[in-house]
Amino acid sequence: MSELKYRFRQAKNYVMFSITFLCTLLTVGVLFFILGYMVWHGASSLNWDFFTKLPKPVGEPGGGMANAIVGTGKLLLIAALIGVPVGFLGGVYLSEFGRNNRIGFLVRYATDILNGIPSIVMGIFAYTVVVLPMRRFSAVAGGIALGIMMIPIALRSTEEFLKLVPNSLREASLALGIPQWKTIIRVVIPTGFRGILTGIMLDLSRVAGETAPLLFTAFSNRFWSAGWLQPTASLPVMIYTYSIAPYEDWHRQAWAAGLVLLMLILFVNVVSRLVLRRRLAMGV
Amino acid sequence: MRLAPSLGGPFREANWGDRALHILTLGFALSIFALTALIALALYRNSILSIEKFGLRFLWGTTWDPVFEQFGALPFLFGTLVSSGIALLIAFPLGLGVAIFLSELAPRWLSDPIAFLIELLAAVPSVVYGLIGIFVLVPWVRDDLTPVLKKTLGFLPIFSGPSYGVGMLTAGILLAVMVVPFITSLSREVLMAVPASQREAALALGATRWETTRMAVVPYARSGVMGSMFLALARALGETMAVTMVIGNRPEIAASLFAPGYSMAAVIANEFTEATYDLYLHALVEIGLVLFAVTIVVNALARLLILAVARKSAEVQV
Amino acid sequence: MVRKRILSQAVLRMLFFVLAAASMLLPQAAPAQTLVNGAGATFPYPIYSKWFDEYYKLHPNAQINYQSIGSGGGIRQISELTVDFGATDAPMTDEQLSKAKTAIFHLPTVLGGVVPIYNIPGLSAELKFTAKALSGIFMGTIRKWNDPEIAGVNPGIALPGNDIVVVHRSDGSGTTYCWTDYLSKVSPAWRAQVGRSTSVNWPVGLGAKGNEGVSGLVKQTPNAIGYVELIYATSINIPYGTVQNSSGNFVKASLESVTAAAAGAAKNMPPDFRVSITNSPGKNAYPISTFTWLLVPQQFTDATKGKILVDFLKWMLGEGQRYAAGLGYAPLPPEVIEMEKQTIARIRY
Repeated sequence: MSELKYRFRQAKNYVMFSITFLCTLLTVGVLFFILGYMVWHGASSLNWDFFTKLPKPVGEPGGGMANAIVGTGKLLLIAALIGVPVGFLGGVYLSEFGRNNRIGFLVRYATDILNGIPSIVMGIFAYTVVVLPMRRFSAVAGGIALGIMMIPIALRSTEEFLKLVPNSLREASLALGIPQWKTIIRVVIPTGFRGILTGIMLDLSRVAGETAPLLFTAFSNRFWSAGWLQPTASLPVMIYTYSIAPYEDWHRQAWAAGLVLLMLILFVNVVSRLVLRRRLAMGV
Repeated sequence: MRLAPSLGGPFREANWGDRALHILTLGFALSIFALTALIALALYRNSILSIEKFGLRFLWGTTWDPVFEQFGALPFLFGTLVSSGIALLIAFPLGLGVAIFLSELAPRWLSDPIAFLIELLAAVPSVVYGLIGIFVLVPWVRDDLTPVLKKTLGFLPIFSGPSYGVGMLTAGILLAVMVVPFITSLSREVLMAVPASQREAALALGATRWETTRMAVVPYARSGVMGSMFLALARALGETMAVTMVIGNRPEIAASLFAPGYSMAAVIANEFTEATYDLYLHALVEIGLVLFAVTIVVNALARLLILAVARKSAEVQV
Repeated sequence: MVRKRILSQAVLRMLFFVLAAASMLLPQAAPAQTLVNGAGATFPYPIYSKWFDEYYKLHPNAQINYQSIGSGGGIRQISELTVDFGATDAPMTDEQLSKAKTAIFHLPTVLGGVVPIYNIPGLSAELKFTAKALSGIFMGTIRKWNDPEIAGVNPGIALPGNDIVVVHRSDGSGTTYCWTDYLSKVSPAWRAQVGRSTSVNWPVGLGAKGNEGVSGLVKQTPNAIGYVELIYATSINIPYGTVQNSSGNFVKASLESVTAAAAGAAKNMPPDFRVSITNSPGKNAYPISTFTWLLVPQQFTDATKGKILVDFLKWMLGEGQRYAAGLGYAPLPPEVIEMEKQTIARIRY
C-alpha cells in the first residue's frame, strides 16, 4: 500500500514540475514572439538614415528618428539627475538610520503609493506644476515627470542592497574608530554599489519606455531641439504617433523605433548584469 | 540600528559628520513623502469642481456623459479592478510556476539567462504591448479562444454574449503578460534565499522534491512572494496605453468577460487633451484621485496582510 | 582594491556625462532659427506637416513644429498660451474664447470629409446610407445589416442578417464632433439623447483610439461599421459608403463633393469663420464635411514668431492650397480665401 502511495507521490512530483516547466516555456515563448514580431516588422526600416536623419513629412518615404534618439537621451539624463539622488539618499536613510522608526514606515508607505501612480497622472502633475507656469513645453518638464517616476525603484533597490551588507562590516569599521558617516560613505555604500547601480539602470530602462507622461510635458518636435527648454522628440512618443497614422512606411518606422528602444534597454541590462556578476564573483 | 556612539535622542550623534549625513538623508527621504502629499493635493485641487458637484455619488455613478455634464466613476473602477484581477489570476500561478522551476529545478547555468530574459519582458514599452495586443491578441481571442471557452464553459455568465476580440478578458490577458516578469523575478530571488536547511530537513523526512517545495520552501518565502504580487497589482492598476488599445473603451458594467469595458487610467489618457470645459477636466482628474485612493487602500491591505503573515510565521518558526 | 573599483566607476560615470553633453552640443539649430510651436487636430496633420516642411525648405529660419494632440488639446494649449498657435476641427465656443488668455482668430485651412466605413464579410459593394440609417445604427435602434432602412436603398445587394458592430472613437476628437454634428442635425432623437461634442456618451459600440484605431478595428471585426476621415479610408483600402444629402442624392465623399458643401456656406460665412457645413444644401454636397481651423492669437507678443506665422498663413492661402488635393483634402473656396486674407492683415505683432 505504501508502495502505491509512494508511486503516486512520485507521479505528482513529476507532474507538478512538468507544469512549472511548461509555464517557463510559455513565458519565454511569449518573449521571443514579441521580439520576433518587432524584428519582422521593423528590421527593414533600420538603416543608417534612421539613426541620423530627421523625420520626413507624410507621404515621403525615408527619414529617420535621430532627434528622437537624442531626445530620449536628454530626457533620461534629466530624469536620472532628479530620480537618482533623491532615491539613493532616501534609500540610505531608510537603511542606515530609519530601519525601525515611524518616519521610515511613512516614507516606505509613501514610496509604494508613488510607485502606484499611473504614468499619465504623473504627466498631468508635471504639466500643472512645470509646463503651465513656464508657459511652454520643454525637455525639462518631461525629465521631471520621468524623474519622479524613477524615485521609488531607486529608493527600494538602494535600501535593499544596503541592507544586504552585513552588520559585521559596519561594526568592524566603527570598531576601528571610523565615524558612522565615513563608514557609510566609504564602506557600506561601495560594498552595495554594484547592486544599487543595477537597480538604477533597470529603473532607467523602465522609464525610457514611458509614453503617457511625455505627451503633455516634453510634447514632441519635428526638428532638432536646442537646449533644455524646448519641446523634444522622444522614441516612445514617436512610436505612438507613427503607429496611429495611416501610412505603412510610418508603421514600419514605429516598429523600428520600438526595436531601437528595446535594444537600448537590452544593452543597459546586459551591462548592469556584467557589472553585478563581477561583484558576485568577488564574493562580497 | 544605532551602532554609532550617540548622546541619546534624534540628531544627537556624537560628531557633526554623522549628524550632517543623518539630516541630509532624512531631508531627501522626507521630500519623497512631501512629494506624494503634494501630488495628492494637486489632484484634489484640480478636481474640486467635480467633487463639489457630485460628492460621493461620483463613486457609484454609472453615466459618463460629457455633453450633458453627468460624470460617474463606477464603470471605470469596475474595469480597472476586474482587468487587474484577471491579470493577477493568470499571472500569479504562471509567474510562481516559472519562479519555482527556475529556483528549484533548473541548474544555475539555465536559470540565470532565463530569468534575465524574463526581466526583459518588463522592459518592453507599453505602447508596443498595446500594438501587439491589437494585431495579435485581439484576433486570437476572438477567433481561437472564444469558441473554445464557449464550448466548454459557455454556460457560465462570465463567458456569455458576443466576443469582439477587444474586451475585459483580452485586457486581462495582456496585463498578465506585462506583470508576470515582476512576480517571477522577485519570487525567484526570494525562493533562492530560503536556507538550504529547510529543504534538507523536509527531504530528510522523506518528502518528494515537490512536497518539499510546497510545504517547506514556498511558505517560508510567503511574504516576499506576496509582496511581488502587490507590486504586480500596482503596475496593473496604473497601466494606461496597452489597456486602452484592447479593452474596447465602453463605460459599461457587464457580467461577461467578453464584453468591452473601460479603465480609470484609460479614460484619463483618452479624454484629457480633449476636455473642453472645466467641469469635464475636473471630473477626469477626480478619476485620477480615485485611482490614487485605490492604490493607497491596496497598499494598506498589502501591508496588513504581510504583517499578519509575518506574525503568524514568527509564531510557527523556531 | 576598493579604491580601484570606485575609480573605474567614477571614470565610467564621467564618460557617460561627457558623451551626453557632447550629444547635446552636436546638432544644434543655427542661431537664426526660430521655433514656432503649434498643437491641435489630428485630422489635418498630414497636410499641416507637409505645409510646414515645404515652408521650411523655402524659409530655413522658420521651424514650425506642429503636434497632433487633438482638437480639444489644441484649444486648451492655445488658451493657456503654452503653444504659439492651435488647430481644431471643432470651432471654439464663446465661453472658451472668453476664457482664453488671449483673443483668438479662427482661420480655415482646408476642408475634409468623414466617411462611414464598414466590413461585411463577402461584401465589397458600395453601400448607400440614409440619414435615418446612420443615426439608427449609431443609436442602437437599427441592429442588423439587413434592416429595411439599409436594405431599402440598396436593392440587389445581399445583406446578411448579422448584428452590426458599431465602432466609434474613444478619444475626444474633431472627427467625432463633425460626425455627431451631422447626426444632431438629421436626427432629433440623437440631438436630444446624445448631442454633439468631441466626446459623447455613445449609446452603443466599441471605442478605439484615433482614426487609425477605428479603421484598424473595423477592418479586423466582421460586421463592423465605423467613421473616419476620408484619407484614412482611402489609405487602408476599406469600403466606405455614400451618404444621402439634404437634396436626396447619395453622394460619395470626394474633393468635389466636399468643396460643394463649402460653396454653399461661403455665401453666408460669418466674419469669424466659425461655421458648420454638415448637411449643407447643394445637389452634390457631401453632407458630412467640415472646415478645419488654425487658432491664431490676434496679437503676438513675440514679433519674430508673429511675422513667421503671418507669412506662412499668406503662403498657405496661395501656394499651400495646391498641396491639399494630393493628400485628400479639399482646398478652400476662393471667396473664403479672400475673406481670410483680410483677417490675416489684422493680426498684430
